[in-house]
Amino acid sequence: MVTALEVVEGIKSGNISCEELLLQIYERIERSELNCFITLNKEAAVREAREVDKRREEEEYRRKKLLGVPVAVKDSISTRGIQTTCASKILTGYVPPFDATVVAALKKEGAIIVGKTNMDEFCMGSSTETSYYGPTKNPHDLTRVPGGSSGGSAAAVSAGETILALGSDTGGSIRCPASFCGIVGLKPTYGFVSRYGLIAYANSLEQIGPMASTVTDTALLLEIVSAKDEQDSTQIKIQNNASTNYCFSWLNGTRNEREEIKGMTIGVPKEFIEGSSPEVERSVWDAIHKYEDLGATYGEISMRNLKYALASYYIIAMSEASSNLARFDGLRYGLRTGKDEDWHTTFSRIRSEGFGEEVKRRIILGTYALSAGYYGKYYLKALKVRTLIKNEFEEALKTYDILAMPTMPFVAFKLGERIKDPLSLYLADVNTVSVNLAGVPSLSIPCGVSHGLPIGLQLVGKHFEEDELLKAAFVYEQNIP
Amino acid sequence: MDVKIGLECHAQLLTQSKLFCSCSTDYHNAEPNTHVCATCLGLPGALPVVNERAIRYGIKVALALGCTIQPKVIFYRKNYYYPDLPRGFQITQYEFPIAFNGLVRIESDGGKEREIRIKRVHMEEDPGRLVYRGTIDTATYSLVDYNRSGIPLVEIVTEPDLKSPKEARIFLGKLRSILEYLGVFEGDLEGAMRVDANISLKGGERAEVKNISSYKGVEKALSFEITRQKNLLRRGLTVQQETRHYDETRGVTLSLRTKEFEHDYRYFPEPDLVPIRISNRIEEIRREIPELPDEKKLRFIAQYSLTMEHANALTFDRHIADFYEVVASKIDPKLSATWIADVLKGELNYRSISMREASKRISPDDFVAMLRYLKKGVITERGATEIIREMLDSGGKPEEILRSKGLASIGSDEIEKAIHAVIKENEAAVKDYKAGKKEALNFLVGQVMKHTRGTADPKEVRAMLTRKIDGEI
Repeated sequence: MVTALEVVEGIKSGNISCEELLLQIYERIERSELNCFITLNKEAAVREAREVDKRREEEEYRRKKLLGVPVAVKDSISTRGIQTTCASKILTGYVPPFDATVVAALKKEGAIIVGKTNMDEFCMGSSTETSYYGPTKNPHDLTRVPGGSSGGSAAAVSAGETILALGSDTGGSIRCPASFCGIVGLKPTYGFVSRYGLIAYANSLEQIGPMASTVTDTALLLEIVSAKDEQDSTQIKIQNNASTNYCFSWLNGTRNEREEIKGMTIGVPKEFIEGSSPEVERSVWDAIHKYEDLGATYGEISMRNLKYALASYYIIAMSEASSNLARFDGLRYGLRTGKDEDWHTTFSRIRSEGFGEEVKRRIILGTYALSAGYYGKYYLKALKVRTLIKNEFEEALKTYDILAMPTMPFVAFKLGERIKDPLSLYLADVNTVSVNLAGVPSLSIPCGVSHGLPIGLQLVGKHFEEDELLKAAFVYEQNIP
Repeated sequence: MDVKIGLECHAQLLTQSKLFCSCSTDYHNAEPNTHVCATCLGLPGALPVVNERAIRYGIKVALALGCTIQPKVIFYRKNYYYPDLPRGFQITQYEFPIAFNGLVRIESDGGKEREIRIKRVHMEEDPGRLVYRGTIDTATYSLVDYNRSGIPLVEIVTEPDLKSPKEARIFLGKLRSILEYLGVFEGDLEGAMRVDANISLKGGERAEVKNISSYKGVEKALSFEITRQKNLLRRGLTVQQETRHYDETRGVTLSLRTKEFEHDYRYFPEPDLVPIRISNRIEEIRREIPELPDEKKLRFIAQYSLTMEHANALTFDRHIADFYEVVASKIDPKLSATWIADVLKGELNYRSISMREASKRISPDDFVAMLRYLKKGVITERGATEIIREMLDSGGKPEEILRSKGLASIGSDEIEKAIHAVIKENEAAVKDYKAGKKEALNFLVGQVMKHTRGTADPKEVRAMLTRKIDGEI
């Protein structure tokens, strides 16, 4: 499969026909058994592709950084004129009248929206099995899950049903499926990418981020979507754009990649490795030793508050979700079934019919955690734990340039294997959710396979140092066979 | 009877755009759902951005009420389901409002000065509006208009310092006056001020009356509540802690929910907004605060030698005060005070229009011109009143009205003629007067005034009449 950079080059030089590329992709999607997409944007996409082929030599088009690149967008991200459901029945038929800031940025740079990818309903899950539109399958083994919640995006990139994809990551939703599907996925620093247009699950934790088959493509997509946006008050308006310019230095080929990580220090928190399966643990240590070979050093550290991360994460996420999802009452948009009765009866019926089991579970738990008398006991305490965890990460990252650990403690599991046991699914998120609590950037990169199933290495960096993270990932990617 | 009343007053701030989006706030005459966007409709994914101007206005209000401004402002979510609330929560403030602890001075019954403590001042967004076909009881469905959704409100909460419904109305009037002086509020716009009132009688629980949307309504609703609670207590029943709804058309309060069904609003900090530091802006905003009603009143008394009554009447409404000051700078301030406070205000009240509206028809210069005619004796007091009415009703200039209505006062020759005619036509009355019936003179004066269509000075008429008749004796 070609990379985004190759597509842009090929289209600009006339070696690749954008229309043919899109038609190939749609043919692959239509033949696919994976169920990566909820909604396709075929007609508009092919029309835009023709326009790109026609006008590729115009100055305005030559400047576009993603000219003609097919991008799949997670269905949690609003797209003007294209149905956006968050994989929920309650939003079936909802067509946003506006583009998320990241989607507008993609369009401005000439990207073509392939369609909207499948996911866990309202991002609540790590297997893409809670989708109202049925689960997505793992391209490496059709009996297994692709991870989640951005499972459709990850599987689509992995199976060549798109070149690039956007995911959103509240507690690992980009990195978990990236790990299970064997691609690269990056969760930016909280406040790096505008959330305007992202249908909120847990506002204080989540970020939109890039998913791609190579580190360079990941960096390229990150550069585009991290445009500054006055519509998101929580976006940090920093001047430093180092992260995003990085991929172009590599492109120019002026740097000696091996030199770049000489002297880099890697912290390996033992608590993050302890619960992993033996093959995952082995692959991650192999990757760390590879870094050693390339001139980095590592040290083992301990992060004692990790054990509180899951409780803190789920209380905060569910509390915010219980409030965020209150707007879905069927009055203004989305599902409207049956006979209209009085207000309480009608909205209660629509919500009972429209939300899936996992979503209801989290709304109920979140409502409970915010209730009078419990707020201090749960929500406030969770916020305090979050501060402790953030401090612990910051402390570790004072000593080390980056941290390395498994993204997920195991490889992709069987469809249906864990969905009946939500607690075991929650427990598998421990390495990813703690990163969202700390707000630091993190990516997952393939670091091996076990019985044909990919294993992901999670790298964690300092706030707003996505460039260091991408550099470390790039060097590793270039030096593995 | 020991009555305790506390008010929560919600005032719409006069910003150009809404509190969290750039939609226009000018919705009063707009078609339903035309001043809306993704943010104020609560579409999924849309985010709020704080309107800086609204925060400044909020700080201004708090400073004018003598509050202590807090260093940082944090918005919270207040969660509850209602069709007019598009997100299922209202963005408001909770633990970190703009300010605490203020004070408003009012002149209560009999001119007694009272201090009403302000507990807190915070900002929040207005929900949309439900529109019923027919009345709230008979409508089979309701419609929602989100034009109002997201209009910035400042909520001013008092301590339970008010002792009567009348005091509550006086307080609201004072509050309105202060807010209008600040230029952040227009009290005569529909729904500009909405009040929830907490009221308790000694020996009873507190009831909250929600949704009072007029100044007079506050007094009525509270009076109804006092009667209701008194009756309960008199019959040995207890007043329950509950939330009641005020039905404006029927003037009654109705139980909405009792204590055990109170909402749990599940407040928590709005994660889509960041805390706003305001401490560095306070001094700058303080300098923007204009002279407020109390200060202006004292200055008017000192500068123009006005009575307390006139000073009160002239400073209550900022527009009247401004009007007065322009007029008083050009002609006798005491005469101006009498004609504005006593006559013009009376005519405005009679027509239920505000000075703000009236100033589109009467300019201070028109008023000065009118007073000059009066001073020079060109018109009588009655003619002056006639000119004011005519200016308000059809908007003409004083000199035009003077001419078209023939209001110029007449000389003694013409009065003489009129007297002559009246005496001739009313011999009986003249006879009565001569016989010692003093009231008969009033009748005769009235007849002369009628003859001269009010253009004669009644004092002069009286003097001339007595001279004439007495001379005949």
